[in-house]
Amino acid sequence: MSGVEGYMYPNEVTLYWSVLIVLYPYITGLVAGAFILASLERVFNVTAVKPTYRLALLTALSFLIVAPLPLQFHLGHPERSPEMYFTPHSTSAMAMFGYVYLWYLMAVLTFEIWLDYRREIVLMSQTSKGLMRVIYKVMTLGSSNISPRALHIDERVSWVVTLVGIPSAFLLHGYVGFIFGSIKANPWWSSPLMPVVFIFSAMVSGIACVMVLYMAVTKLRGKKIDMRCVDTIGMYLFYTFIIDFSLEMLDLIHRIYEADESFRSLDFMVHTKLYFSQIVVQIGLGTVTPLLLLALTQMVRLPEIVRKRMYVVAGALTLIGIFAMRWNVVIGGQLFSKSFLGYTTYKMALVTKEGLLVAVGLTLLPLAILWVLVKLLPPWTDERAPEGAAAD
Amino acid sequence: MSFFKDAGHLFRFVGIFVLLFIIFLVARGYVVPKSFGQYGHYRGAAMGEIAAHPLHFAGHQACETCHVDVQDVKKNGKHAHVNCEACHGPLAKHADDPASMTPTKPDTATLCVRCHAASAARPKNFPQVQAEEHSTGLPCETCHQPHSPAMTAGGAK
Repeated sequence: MSGVEGYMYPNEVTLYWSVLIVLYPYITGLVAGAFILASLERVFNVTAVKPTYRLALLTALSFLIVAPLPLQFHLGHPERSPEMYFTPHSTSAMAMFGYVYLWYLMAVLTFEIWLDYRREIVLMSQTSKGLMRVIYKVMTLGSSNISPRALHIDERVSWVVTLVGIPSAFLLHGYVGFIFGSIKANPWWSSPLMPVVFIFSAMVSGIACVMVLYMAVTKLRGKKIDMRCVDTIGMYLFYTFIIDFSLEMLDLIHRIYEADESFRSLDFMVHTKLYFSQIVVQIGLGTVTPLLLLALTQMVRLPEIVRKRMYVVAGALTLIGIFAMRWNVVIGGQLFSKSFLGYTTYKMALVTKEGLLVAVGLTLLPLAILWVLVKLLPPWTDERAPEGAAAD
Repeated sequence: MSFFKDAGHLFRFVGIFVLLFIIFLVARGYVVPKSFGQYGHYRGAAMGEIAAHPLHFAGHQACETCHVDVQDVKKNGKHAHVNCEACHGPLAKHADDPASMTPTKPDTATLCVRCHAASAARPKNFPQVQAEEHSTGLPCETCHQPHSPAMTAGGAK
């Protein structure tokens, strides 16, 4: 049988969880990570990252809107997916994830963004024209109260929402890790460390994503990049990455030392089928290289232009590395047989419902949504609309 | 009371939540079948609907009432516990009215290998063959009597 080496059980030959299921934890991770970065400013008073606060929230929302789409494309009958909400089973991790997702979308992100932008929304509902005026009017929910006391209340409530949002973000992505980590039949996935590793890798990818987006967008706008902000984000990225890498190494060392019955098979897979995606891309290119670059920025006094380039390269490599990590978890977990006697191959389709083109489309879609959101709710602190100024 | 005045917009947002939740509950009332959860986490009425499906399998007792000769051969052989319809297919119609339908005889060249083709997934002591080498395309019944397939005493003739 082509693509199969050794012995596979019949139901293992074809991979049922495709590249879209790789994309799902990747996108969810970006949401959780971006939100954690935003919370740094709001809850932990890291004022240096303020320029990215709103961008991080909008990025989180853009990716969160797209997060369930890979699953919908994966389903044979997507029209049945609402049944998960209507008749949830308490033992279904996916059904519980649905509620966590809705909670996070509505009670955390949308609420926090609305509170933070309310002053601007009210102002723009008074100054903009045509369709935009109607949109902003709807967004005010009929209240134009932006008195100092009302805004102060917003500020306090927003702080609480962010505080609730941090465990929610952990829950959101911890759940994705839990879904994999609780599959006891699969030794590649089954590990209580999985949710923790997923949370930290989510933070790493989200922070890197917002850092790269902030630098790219500021460059495109022809504005000056706030180096104090980027340096601080770089520092947090470095520290989070060290924790993430340590946890992954802990998992690895534990597996090597434990060396259970699956070890020889998994070890062989890492040295053959997963060598490029795991050793070369995830660990070499996507973890060690950005860690070294970020360590350099922390230890050596480098000129601004060099630091900028290092941050961009480190950020981009981090995003590739975390994607490779998701790939190795999802695809890697389906390449070997439970008999530990054989391996199959994943051949990605191009234009099918779960093919490469759909995956690329779903990766770019959040950026398009972000573009619309940024137009609607400009996140820039350097040109915050003065009271009464025209917004369009 | 000025707190409620300055926090009024928050209540509006919460109101949207409550409204969406009510819409969800109303939709749930319409969408979820009435009998859902009657016996367990499924539609209770499904039990009746499934029970109302026409029967396709007659069961080996029905076969044995007429085909006593086959039963006598089968009961001492290796296939004693293989149900008749596992090989002959569902035959409830034939059992109800034998004249209305005559079962077609299965082709042993393709039937037997469903269970007896060599596969590492099968227990080692289970009889299995590489069909191409073992029989070179001949139907299995050339040598084996399917109702009692062993080649030794009590088996095929």
